[in-house]
Amino acid sequence: MSDLRVTPLHALHQELGAKLVPFAGYEMPVQYPAGVMKEHQHCRNAAGLFDVSHMGQVVIRHPDGVEAAAAAVEGLAPVDVLGLGEGRQRYALFTNEHGGIEDDFMIANRGDHLLAVVNAACKAADVARMTEGLPGCEVSELSDRGLLALQGPEAETALEGLVPGVGEMKFMDVATLPSDWGDLWISRSGYTGEDGYEISVEAAQTEALARALLAVDAVEPIGLGARDSLRLESGLCLYGNDIDSGTTPVEAGLTWAIQKVRRAGGARAGGFPGAETILRQIEDGPARRRVGLRPEGRAPMREGTQLYASEDGGDAVGHVTSGAFGPTLGAPMSMGYVAAQFAEKGTTIWGEVRGKRLPATLVAMPFVPANVKR
Amino acid sequence: MKYTEEHEWLREEDGLIVVGITEHAAEQLGDIVFIELPEAGKEVAKDDEVVVIESVKAASDILAPIDGEIVEVNEPLADEPGKVNEDATGDGWFFKMKASDPSQMDDFMDEAAYKDFVG
Repeated sequence: MSDLRVTPLHALHQELGAKLVPFAGYEMPVQYPAGVMKEHQHCRNAAGLFDVSHMGQVVIRHPDGVEAAAAAVEGLAPVDVLGLGEGRQRYALFTNEHGGIEDDFMIANRGDHLLAVVNAACKAADVARMTEGLPGCEVSELSDRGLLALQGPEAETALEGLVPGVGEMKFMDVATLPSDWGDLWISRSGYTGEDGYEISVEAAQTEALARALLAVDAVEPIGLGARDSLRLESGLCLYGNDIDSGTTPVEAGLTWAIQKVRRAGGARAGGFPGAETILRQIEDGPARRRVGLRPEGRAPMREGTQLYASEDGGDAVGHVTSGAFGPTLGAPMSMGYVAAQFAEKGTTIWGEVRGKRLPATLVAMPFVPANVKR
Repeated sequence: MKYTEEHEWLREEDGLIVVGITEHAAEQLGDIVFIELPEAGKEVAKDDEVVVIESVKAASDILAPIDGEIVEVNEPLADEPGKVNEDATGDGWFFKMKASDPSQMDDFMDEAAYKDFVG
């Protein structure tokens, strides 16, 4: 365990009675004493505080300004970065030469630089990819800032009380706001399907800010267990489970993240790794698709469950990549991939659980409607 | 009450053995979301997999602690698996068995020994 890294909130997690587990090279709280179900529901009903300091915060600068940096990033990601206005953020993907996804991340235009927030498990590779692949840019991973997520219907009220002005931000806005804890780099975003904020704060001030937020009645700490059930209910992909270097954005149902300007016929079509494969799949359709499943009964179909087109016989037509019981849904839910001809919503498909094929229905995602401030 | 190393408890009641999992086990598993119980009338041998539990974290099998016949199962758990977290040794019981060889009960721990066992 000694080689695990810790975040600036490690001591606070211990004080709060968190169960700590290794995650992406960090020792992180999987749950607090309230437990996954209660934490999940608290986030949906009030506000939850998540430590996401393990994620990578990477600043990208170019001597010619932010547009030059944006143009460079477009060479690695099939996303409209040049069209991202100052003070705005969007979801983005790094792709590889086969069209697979190397990571999913958020990218923000912060005026004179771009800020990418990347997955913990991918950050070393992402920094290397950007350092090599962004000509003329200076790429620096910030090691001196923590990252908190405050999510849920009470997040706005809770944060506005400490940092006036955040209530005026719209979904996917980013801003730098002064506070008692130094300048906070705030985005109105998250990965739970709820309204809320992600707050980058100086490492030395992270614990003090977390304590101030936890002192608000509506706010409780939430671990990675509930973070996973919240994102799954919201139909959001977990990198490494639902998307990886072998899945393309089109297969994954993330074509919406590839703006028209980067698609065939767009002003800046292609020009990213795997463009040929990805643009062809947008035109012709992929051979398999990411789908949502609602198993009948209460038994969850977990990661790795093989999926079949019939109750008996036949080869698998797909598999589950994430599956759990949805505390808000009140039922099990899964996402996975199936061959395109079986991917139509409403189709019944069978998942093999403990040697028995159990029926599930393909449904639209999210499983639980999003509740964000557009 | 007797305890197994698999974190089950066994309680004699009206000539039958009532079986469930301990509070310690329920706490370790986390919130339980699904339980598959055996059919009443099933003959089982010690260490047969008789119950499947899924918590928010993972699936686990519960083994028959002794040889015998399952004579009754706690049907309400199918719809309210959280009862195991709330009341592991009461409403959260799994099934009642008729023991084929009651002397198998002698192998199990008493409460003090189980407390030592889980540390």
